[in-house]
Amino acid sequence: MTFLRSIFARREAGILVMIVIFCLAVGLHKPQFLTGQSLRIILLLTPLIMIGAMAQMLVLVARHVDLSIGSMLGFSAMVVGLMYRELPDIYWLVGFPVAVLTGAALGLGNGLLVTIFKLPSIIVTLGTLSLYRGLTFIISDARQINRSVIPTELKAMSRTSPIFEIPWIILIAFGIALMTYVVARHTQLGRQIYALGSNPDAAPLRGIDVTKVTLIVFVLAGALSGLAGILYASRWGFVNPSNTGAGFEFQVIAAVVIGGVSINGGVGTVMGTVLGVLLLGCVAAALPLLGIPGSTQNAIYGAVILIALLIDRSVRQRGLASMSRA
Amino acid sequence: MSVTTDSQSQELAPSRPSWHVVLVRPETMTFLLLVFGLIGASLLSPFFLDVNYILRSFTLTAEMSIVALVLTLVVISGEIDLSAASNMALSACIFAWVQAAGAPLPIAVVVGLLAGLAMGTLNAFMSIRMQLPSIIVTIGTLIFFRGLAQVIAGDRSIRVPESFIGINTVMVAGVPLPVVIFVVVAIILGLVLGTTVIGRQIYQIGTNQEAALHAGIDAKRIKVGLFLLLGIVSAAAGIMAASRLGSVRYDLVLGGELQMVLMAMLGGTYIFGGRGTILGTFLAAWLLVIVSTGMTVANLLPAIQLTVLGILLIVAIIATNFIYARTQR
Repeated sequence: MTFLRSIFARREAGILVMIVIFCLAVGLHKPQFLTGQSLRIILLLTPLIMIGAMAQMLVLVARHVDLSIGSMLGFSAMVVGLMYRELPDIYWLVGFPVAVLTGAALGLGNGLLVTIFKLPSIIVTLGTLSLYRGLTFIISDARQINRSVIPTELKAMSRTSPIFEIPWIILIAFGIALMTYVVARHTQLGRQIYALGSNPDAAPLRGIDVTKVTLIVFVLAGALSGLAGILYASRWGFVNPSNTGAGFEFQVIAAVVIGGVSINGGVGTVMGTVLGVLLLGCVAAALPLLGIPGSTQNAIYGAVILIALLIDRSVRQRGLASMSRA
Repeated sequence: MSVTTDSQSQELAPSRPSWHVVLVRPETMTFLLLVFGLIGASLLSPFFLDVNYILRSFTLTAEMSIVALVLTLVVISGEIDLSAASNMALSACIFAWVQAAGAPLPIAVVVGLLAGLAMGTLNAFMSIRMQLPSIIVTIGTLIFFRGLAQVIAGDRSIRVPESFIGINTVMVAGVPLPVVIFVVVAIILGLVLGTTVIGRQIYQIGTNQEAALHAGIDAKRIKVGLFLLLGIVSAAAGIMAASRLGSVRYDLVLGGELQMVLMAMLGGTYIFGGRGTILGTFLAAWLLVIVSTGMTVANLLPAIQLTVLGILLIVAIIATNFIYARTQR
């Protein structure tokens, strides 16, 4: 009984129920929503957000926030695109380390500003959101990287599959989620991130190098954004200085907050985040099917964030109440 | 009583010399930057010695500057609102949509202002009543309001009637009306913050909310009031922008939250609350105009301006944090 209750009391169960109810409700209107084909559509909508959400989850758990994720994605994608354009003979896989390292360098910039000057991460990353976007324009001379420049092998990763007809980018995204799970649950670094976010004052007393952990979190966020950047080039086949990654941070924050990651730090699971991403994917896939114009998507994301915040608060309060009763 | 405390505090720490008090203030830094900016810009282009040119340039950001003045009060009280630019867009879209549907102009304006008030109420409800951090709440409402504006306007632009266009061409004693409004709002808010009980209470809440509560200050009521004020002022600013531009799109002042926060920070408002002045934000608004028009005159890409704004924001918080760390003891 207590086992059952502990399952249902978990945040993940709540999101799962929301996904099921939502899919059933849509399926009742449009039966074709409950087919394998639409599952494929949902999954194809999610890989970039999934990777960004893992990055944002780690940052939020450490009681920080990173608003520059979309700009880091755009900058890394642009660096890779320029490389492919200027060096057409280069082996296409080189793009991956280049993108990840570029992102990591930008993330390091955020981390250094936050740790050296003891600044609130939200304002720093609001600044770098604009700064990195501006740099993307500068290095690209405000011109788009066209489809013909992106290597065919890279573009094929979004369509071809090594196994079960699941495209490469979906496998990569779930692979990243799995790795984040391992890091968060089973490594010293992961536990230190949670400890730091739960109580930043107590963390150094427990021997945690706060500066180091904070830096690593921001570098990881940058590296994952960089990976998402090259996958963007794979998925869409172009890199545009103003569109690529713009507003991405908001979708990511929506997914993470729905997934039950607390904005107060220290709380959040990979499972919940994955479910949050899938719920957003379901919503995004259902809208065109229901004949709702795509322009409503942002309003729905915003509303979902606000509702998730309220749910998060009521869950936390009930948790506190039950603790004080015990 | 007060005499003893004074002499005690003098024993504990000698008071700083008055030149120090004046010089080591964030507003002084802003003012010096403003002077340097003016000199540098006038070297780039002789236009800068023309007051009318600067005033005309200011009308482009006057709406945001007015909102930034109110945002300064919110930040001093220890909260923040990143949704004000989205609020401007949604209010302007609702205003334009209502009048395009055939309602008389005054009614459309009132509906737009009420919409802004409702948005302020939502922010206040979530951050004060529900006690959620305003910084995350207003990221949510930033997306939500902008999304609703997109629902209302789609990808089209809604035109406003001819008679309503051109607030920036109305002159009051040779000064464009938006600039006059900005100056008047700055004077009113500066007096409220600097000379009234409510002003002192805003500082008190931002410095130490616990202590403010024990001192009998109704912190929640004041913060709710500030969010509502910001909501309605943002709506008014959005409608002013509609009048200047002649039509409204959902992406009106997209990303404007950055510039508003930047104005407050450049003016020396402390991001953690309790410190800051209207004078600082007032000067910072002018500084930003000089910087951005200076870059335009120098033929720099708009993208470089984006980069410079980002760098300025980071430098501004580093500088104010540094100054406050110095003056605290």
